[in-house]
Amino acid sequence: MRREGSPFQGLGAVALKELADNLSSARMMVLELLIVLTALAALYGAIDSLRQNTAEDPFLLLRLFTVDRAPLPSFVAILGFLIPLMAIGLGFDAINSEHNRRTLSRILAQPIYRDALLMGKFLAGLATLAVSLAALWLMVIGLGLIFLGVPPGGEEIARSLAFLVIAVFYAGVWLSLAMLLSVVFRSPATAALVALGIWLFLTVLWPMLAPALAQVIAPPDPRYAMLGLDTPDTAIWAQTLARLSPNHLFGEAMLAVLSPTTRSLGPVFLDQLRGAVMGAPLPLGQSLLIAWPQTVSLIAGTIILFVAGYIVFQRQEVRA
Amino acid sequence: MSSADNNDVKTSDNIVIAAQGLTKSYDGVRVVDAINFDIARGEVFGLLGPNGAGKTTTILMMLGLTEISSGKVSVLGHDPARSPLRVKRKVGYLPDSVGFYDYLTASENLAYTAKLMGLRSAERTHRIAAALARVRLSDVADKRVATFSRGMRQRLGLAEIIVKQADIAILDEPTSGLDPQATLEFLNLIEELKAEGITILLSSHLLDQVQRVCDRVALFQSGRIVLMGAVADLARQVLGAGFVVEVEAEGTGLARRLATIPGVTNVEAVAADRFRMTAERDVRADAACAVVGANGSLRRLSVDEPSLEAIYARYFQDQIAPSGAARHAA
Ligand SMILES: Nc1ncnc2c1ncn2[C@@H]1O[C@H](COP(=O)(O)OP(=O)(O)OP(=O)(O)O)[C@@H](O)[C@H]1O
Ligand SMILES: [Mg+2]
Repeated sequence: MRREGSPFQGLGAVALKELADNLSSARMMVLELLIVLTALAALYGAIDSLRQNTAEDPFLLLRLFTVDRAPLPSFVAILGFLIPLMAIGLGFDAINSEHNRRTLSRILAQPIYRDALLMGKFLAGLATLAVSLAALWLMVIGLGLIFLGVPPGGEEIARSLAFLVIAVFYAGVWLSLAMLLSVVFRSPATAALVALGIWLFLTVLWPMLAPALAQVIAPPDPRYAMLGLDTPDTAIWAQTLARLSPNHLFGEAMLAVLSPTTRSLGPVFLDQLRGAVMGAPLPLGQSLLIAWPQTVSLIAGTIILFVAGYIVFQRQEVRA
Repeated sequence: MSSADNNDVKTSDNIVIAAQGLTKSYDGVRVVDAINFDIARGEVFGLLGPNGAGKTTTILMMLGLTEISSGKVSVLGHDPARSPLRVKRKVGYLPDSVGFYDYLTASENLAYTAKLMGLRSAERTHRIAAALARVRLSDVADKRVATFSRGMRQRLGLAEIIVKQADIAILDEPTSGLDPQATLEFLNLIEELKAEGITILLSSHLLDQVQRVCDRVALFQSGRIVLMGAVADLARQVLGAGFVVEVEAEGTGLARRLATIPGVTNVEAVAADRFRMTAERDVRADAACAVVGANGSLRRLSVDEPSLEAIYARYFQDQIAPSGAARHAA
């Protein structure tokens, strides 16, 4: 059965209202403050350590993103940890708050489809995250200019922009997860707790669990172990499992994009290295190719979670 | 049960909502069970029934907001399941216990839904100001809805329907939770809408409140329509006659004169100069004439309109009593 009218009718109105709500909400300001402060700390550490060993580095600006100085993690690592928090903060009460405010049936009685409401909220959330990330990006570039005194090169800008785009996709995964939970759970507190639980599991527990699980699935071969090597099967399983976490995918993509010398992600076998000039940076296109599967996986994850939320929402009763 | 047929002949283009065998089941339980009704243009139609009778479910099906299990309903000639946008463009809906975005002002709330209706900016501003004036909320137009009382929220919801310039207004329990004064004000607003030719469907479990504004009512019980028609017709069907007119007057042969008034079914002499008449309609004017005709002087003339409560109570008494007796016998 074909539906009458456009599913996007009203999309713009929903997205604009939600964007305005997001940008003016106290919740968003707190989250942004948190991120800016931790990011500043990480950048301070990075600048400090970069100044101490000012070797000739053609990608000094990019190092700002990735260099860490204990005990602080790098800027990228902090974002990998905090972007989900921001996205969850924006999405966990997207739909259930409309139920609880009893606005849902009034809004859906207007000539729009549910598609527009869900999609509008998602786009507004994503735009909010993109704006925040772009602001952070500008902050890094600005601090780099001021404290390192080197103007960024064209390729550095391009690579850092790739970082920005991939970070937005990464945020999208978490935003659509949070929105799915906001459809499933009528109580925003429950949705937030479940989302935070998944976040902690995937960012803290899973990196430890994945290798352990891999060893169960494909037990390491003692002959490799004697040589002090990883068993290829075990390593591949460990990597595959680890990649179920968007956090891991994001980390890998960042590595490829921000460290131009990265030639491969995951276990490398000797025959793959034949003819490679170790330590030489790859051209941008090559780096993007390496990061491509991770990026596509992030986008696919976003779409799958969004569609799941969409299906549940379509079947849901509007009555509170 | 189709006693409304004798009011006016309804042609099919005069009918704006038509339900045929409309049914909704939740997990196999029929909460709306094969109901049929037609609502004519410009009519105020009341869906009445106790909590859980299926009123809200019926309304949601008419708006395409919940799936229809079987049967069909047509709203302004459209099927809400197939063309929900066409229906919702022309039908305004005030849900029971309506909610607004508390952090936005009254006019901002209306502006958002007006955008969803697809109204352009200039048209929006104009219509919103006019609608807020209509529901007497102009002076709080720029106040946050968080500060609004329940009555103000209900009126704001009505303003939204006015902004939409809807042909049909569907109001779910519009007066529940309102104090008597607010109820009266709200009912007046409904009558104003009716005067503009808007068809109104309202649901309520407070029979006496909506009796005044409804042209016709459907009484719901466990998902079925058990009685439908104009209140006076139902009164005649169920109570025999609905209006009770009391006359206090002197005059020779007054009782006989009163009894000959068309529509009067019974005249009872309560005292020498007091008569209680039961009638199918409001016969006060005729009674006054009769007093004059009898050369009497009229001291008091009052009418009790048939009450839906009485109709409802009597109907269910009649329904329950025989079956109850049967169960005892078994
Ligand atoms: N999502 C649902 N799943 C199962 N049953 C439901 C659902 N929604 C409503 N019902 C049932 O449907 C019946 C009719 O509900 P409905 O809300 O239409 O009644 P109502 O006449 O509007 O009552 P009220 O005066 O309380 O608003 C009720 O018995 C209710 O329990
Ligand atoms: Mg109801």
